[in-house]
Amino acid sequence: MATKKFMYLNRKAPYGTVYALESLEVVLIAAAFEQDVSLAFIDDGVYQIVKDQNTDGIGMKNFSKTYHALGDYDINQLFVSAESLKERGLSADDLMPLVYEDEDDDWAEKPSVKIVSNAELKELMSEQDVCLSF
Amino acid sequence: MKISIQINEGPYQHQASDSAYQFAKAAIAKGHEIFRVFFYHDGVNNASRFTVPPQDDRNIVNQWAELDIKNAAGEPELVVCIAAALRRGMIDASEAGKNGIDGNNIHPAFRISGLGQLIEAGIQSERLVVFGD
Repeated sequence: MATKKFMYLNRKAPYGTVYALESLEVVLIAAAFEQDVSLAFIDDGVYQIVKDQNTDGIGMKNFSKTYHALGDYDINQLFVSAESLKERGLSADDLMPLVYEDEDDDWAEKPSVKIVSNAELKELMSEQDVCLSF
Repeated sequence: MKISIQINEGPYQHQASDSAYQFAKAAIAKGHEIFRVFFYHDGVNNASRFTVPPQDDRNIVNQWAELDIKNAAGEPELVVCIAAALRRGMIDASEAGKNGIDGNNIHPAFRISGLGQLIEAGIQSERLVVFGD
């Protein structure tokens, strides 16, 4: 089967609607297809990977831990919109320290998250074969 | 051109399914192939055979069924995500049997399958067009 570049655009907050959870379900299934996968977090989507999430008060399943598993599925290109972070008063320090082990570098642990400008995101999106928007 | 469609919103509440239908119909009329339509999130509700809109309104489920999108083996290529469907009470006879549910509501022009079908559609098609919020 051909290899294509897939980008998953995550635009919504993790709770309030089911888009973020069901997007993550697609990403995990997609890992089995050995495609070139990346994720982008834009607008309220940046809240999906904010650290120290606590859903005790809202009766929802806290699925934020699942993002830590992405590295094990060879999904290690997570792009975050710098503008979206700034608009929400967030910085890199507010995000979960998501990492992967680089098999080409003696399994060294490396960060999966890269903060990029919207202009860079635009370039990345234009390089994709498939953009799935959630 | 070989095109697949993803629909992320339910019928009537949101125009996504209507727009996707108009797009699919126009694409077919122009000689393009609709490889697959994949229903996800609340989009799974577009497959309910129990949908009864007022007589002067469009029947979104039947409109999709009338497009008669099938593969070479004659199976429907209107595909409903199983995980998204089951958690929303959309179920076919097979899954109803497995889960001890005394009914089923998936229209026969649709079929239930896994998310892998969405990824495969992205790989096999020249374009994947997403309709949603």
